[in-house]
Order: sequence, then structure tokens, then C-alpha cells
Amino acid sequence: MTAKLLQVDNLFCHFDGVIAVADLSFSVRAGEIKAVIGPNGAGKSTLFNMIAGVTRPSAGQIRFDDERIDHLPTFRRARRGIARTFQNLQIFRDMSVLENVMVGRHMRSAAGMTQAILHSSALRAEERAIAAAAMDLLDRFGLASKAQTQAGTLSFGQLKVLELARSLACEPRLLLLDEPAAGLPHAEADRMGEIISSLNRDGMTVLLVEHNMRMVMSLSHDILVLNNGRRIAEGTADEVRRHPEVLAAYLGEAEDA
Amino acid sequence: MVEADESVRRGTVLVARRPSDHVWLILIWLALLTIPFIAPNAYVVSLANMALINLILIASLNLLMGFGGQISLGHAGFFGLGAYASGILNVKLGLSAWLGLPAAALIAGAAALVIGLPALRLRGHYLSMATLGWNAILVVLFNQLVDLTGGPNGLLGVQPFSLFGIRLDTEPRTFPLVWLASLLIMLAILNLLRSRLGRALRAVATNELGADAIGVDSFCTKLLFFVLSAGMAGIAGSLYVHVNQYASPETFGISGSILLIVMVALGGSGTYWGPLLGALIYTAVPQLLLDYEDAELMLFGLGMLVVLIVFPGGLANVPGAFMRRFGLKGRS
Repeated sequence: MTAKLLQVDNLFCHFDGVIAVADLSFSVRAGEIKAVIGPNGAGKSTLFNMIAGVTRPSAGQIRFDDERIDHLPTFRRARRGIARTFQNLQIFRDMSVLENVMVGRHMRSAAGMTQAILHSSALRAEERAIAAAAMDLLDRFGLASKAQTQAGTLSFGQLKVLELARSLACEPRLLLLDEPAAGLPHAEADRMGEIISSLNRDGMTVLLVEHNMRMVMSLSHDILVLNNGRRIAEGTADEVRRHPEVLAAYLGEAEDA
Repeated sequence: MVEADESVRRGTVLVARRPSDHVWLILIWLALLTIPFIAPNAYVVSLANMALINLILIASLNLLMGFGGQISLGHAGFFGLGAYASGILNVKLGLSAWLGLPAAALIAGAAALVIGLPALRLRGHYLSMATLGWNAILVVLFNQLVDLTGGPNGLLGVQPFSLFGIRLDTEPRTFPLVWLASLLIMLAILNLLRSRLGRALRAVATNELGADAIGVDSFCTKLLFFVLSAGMAGIAGSLYVHVNQYASPETFGISGSILLIVMVALGGSGTYWGPLLGALIYTAVPQLLLDYEDAELMLFGLGMLVVLIVFPGGLANVPGAFMRRFGLKGRS
């Protein structure tokens, strides 16, 4: 059995008496792509925010690599190896495309205040390595020609790819993708799917929330279905597709559309 | 391996195409060095001294506010704390100005640390409010601690810097010191902005959520630059008190802090060269308005409104705006 990279145990989250996530347990194995799906309001975003450290769980545990992380602030979870993208993009719009990815190298570099002020040779060497690593990522995602462009001027699709590149600059072990295909036209959504599956082939563990069923079904090794904050099914695409409760709660609606 | 070499080489090109600001900085400061020789009288040199001290103040505030998005309404207070710290150590304890200078930086920085620890933990305008209160308290202390500060009459008898037994007590003699200090501060700011810390600061300023998600500690980043910015203001204060051999409370009031913010905005908030213009205006305009002293603040305010309505990015962005207008490629 493959090692569990992320382990969620009996997780609860309620806001002012409204239960968003109730008694949820599941795990993500190293090397897999796991999708979380469910109708609007099922608790996917809340779950995501609890794993990333934006929302505090009311009860329960989140373990990453067998260590509890549910008390840690977001940046510490990122430093442990959890990077994320956002559904509604959190880009540094005033900075260049290259600089956006370079910030992603922040936690993988070490130069301190004194070195920075003195512009030491160690700092310059590190800066070159940061720029080179960032440029390699831009190359890989076809954004190299935009390196010096102000990020805010990019198209929505390019920003989605840029945000993914930025999170990869952290060299994460777990990638949290919050609706990576949302708002993208068909072709770009397909390309995003190809990027995710190529990352996974290189060994990246991915947890994604996504509404695009075609993407979820084709990419995921394992699917967790939520409804009203509870798990109603978990399994492969085929298993989930046939699950009666899923059909009732979710896919039934989708088929009408 | 060949690929790795290639990418490192490209990294070198990417980083190396930037030192032009360093070159500009050296060229401008070399040009400034001629001021004592071409100035018609000592008064003009004293204005140049004041402008360079103001530059340290405005550039350090711009680092925090323009690049870091954190508004301090107490920058004149840190300036005053540095001035009084260095001045009092000199007058009461006979400490040399050369020791007062780092002491002023440390004391102002330590004060910022104490204010920033609680105020920066909260998002929003808490830093502005905390620093506003801080500046108000300082002005009261400068006025009331008469035994230490000389109260409203000011701190008298501050000794100038001296070098090899030569007292730097005339304008042409203090100029090289202020020139060097301002150059080093401008260099430090440029280097900081070109480092991972500067990038992190700008990232936190534009999008804290995004910065957190990639492992940037927003709180520590903001705190570091708040402390650095206050420390630089402390250095400006020490220079001020030993150059003028005097300090009085009204120099360091809240209106001073507000004017500094105005100068950051006028010069071009978040631009490296903006503070140079801000310092020029801050020093020159009051001289032009000497006859209308009461209206000074109002005229500054009006001027800022006009400039910022016409050029929202501040004066430093005017050339770029013109070039874009005429279809040329602008440099920011």
C-alpha cells in the first residue's frame, strides 16, 4: 500500500451553527490525483480552506506526512510542502510574470537581510538560481515570452497557468488545485488537464476541487463525493458514477443540464 | 547538464540586465557631489543637506508604504526619536555623534518592533492608527520631559560630528557626510528591493493571501520592513540633530508625518526614484512659500491633489506616461 500523504480524520467545521463539513475522514495517497466533487454548498471549498490553513476546523485532525498541521498558519503548511492555487486567482498583479514565479522560490531560498543589503556574491548567485528556476517553469508552461510583462495584463487562462507555475516553484509535495478549469474555454481546460496529468506522471500528488466532470472523470484516480458537508461516496470514477446516492445528489442534476 | 548550464546562463542574463539603477544611483550622487563647489552660498548647501536628510526620510517611508503597502502616520515621530536619542546621548552623556548614529537607528527600530508586534498582526489600518497615536505621544514627551529634551525651547548644545579633530560644523563640511549617508541608504533600499525580501514585501502588499499560500510569512515580512524603515528614519534624525546642533518638538509632529506621506505620493509611491523628487519638493517649496507660512500645508495639499489627479502614479511616472502616450516603450 502506498503511503498516505494527507490524512483527514473526523473533521468538522461549523459557522454560527451552520454545519459546513461534518465528520469527514479521508486520505490522499502519495502519487495520486484525488478529486473532491459535490453540488454547490457541499463543503468542498470549506474543506479546501481547512487543508490550506485559511479556515480553522471546529474539530478533527489534518495530518500531512504523519504530522498534525491543523494548528499551523498557511505559510507554514506551504513550507511543509502544501502549495495551492485559487479559484478566483491570487496573483501579484503589479509584479512581472517572472517575479510572480520568483516569489514562489522564496521559501526555497535563504538570503537574509544583511546579505540583501550588502548585495553579497552569495545573494547574487542565489538570485541567478531563482531566476533560472522560475524561467524554466515559464518555459515549461509556454509563458517564457511573457516573462517581463506585468502579470495583471495577462489573459485569465494565462493567469491560471501562471498561478500553477508559481505554486510549483515552491516544489510542493501536495498540490491543492481549486477549480483549475473554472472559467476556461474548452481547449484551455483540456490543456490544463494535460498539464495536471503530466505533473502527476512526474510524481506530483494532487488534490483538486473541480466542477468540470469531464476533467474529473478523466484525470482522477480517486474521487470523494460530498453532499451537505458529508461524504456520500468515495472511489474510482466508475464506482462513483454508479453510486446511487451520487446519482441522486449530484450527477442526476448534471444529466438534466 | 548542458540544459542546466543554459538555464543558469539565462538566469544570469535576467538578473544582470538590472544593475542600471545602480549605475544611475552612482552617477546622480557623483553629480550631487559638485553642489558645494557650484553653490553660490552656504545657505544653498544647507538646503542640499536638508534635502538629502529628507530624502532618507521619504525613501524609507516609500519602502514601507509604496512597496509594502503599510501606511505609517508616525514617520516624523521615528525621525524625532532618532534625533532626540542621538542628541540627548550627546548632550547628557557626552556620547560621540558617531555612536549616536547607530544608537538612533537601533532605538527607532526597537520602538517600531514594539509597535509593529501587535499592530501588524491585524490586517487593515491598525498600523496607521497605532503610529498616529505613537507620534502624538512622542510630541507630548518631547515637550514635557524638559530636563531631558529641553521642552518647547528645544534641545540645545548638541555637538556636531567630528572627524580627525575637525568639527563638521559648517555646511560644506557636513555635506560629504550627509551625501554619503543618503547614498548608502538609497543603495541599501535598492539592494533590498532587488532581493527575495523585497519581492516578498511587494507580494505581501499586492496579495497577502497569495503570498501566504506560497510560504511567505506576511507578518514577519511587514515587521522587518517596518523596523528597517523606522531605523532609517532614526538615522535621518541623528544626522539632523548633529548637523543643525539643535532639535525642537514641532519638527517631529503629526503634520510632518502627513507631509512625508504626501511627498511619497507626489514623487511616485512605489517607485524607486520618486523620493528624490519628493525630497526636492519637500525642501524647496517651503523656501518658495516663506512669505505664506500659514498656508504652506494647504498649498501642499492642493499641489498633491492636482498632481495626483493629473498623474495618478506620481511625478516619477510622468516620463513613462509620456512615452507610452507617444507609442515609445517606457521604462518603469
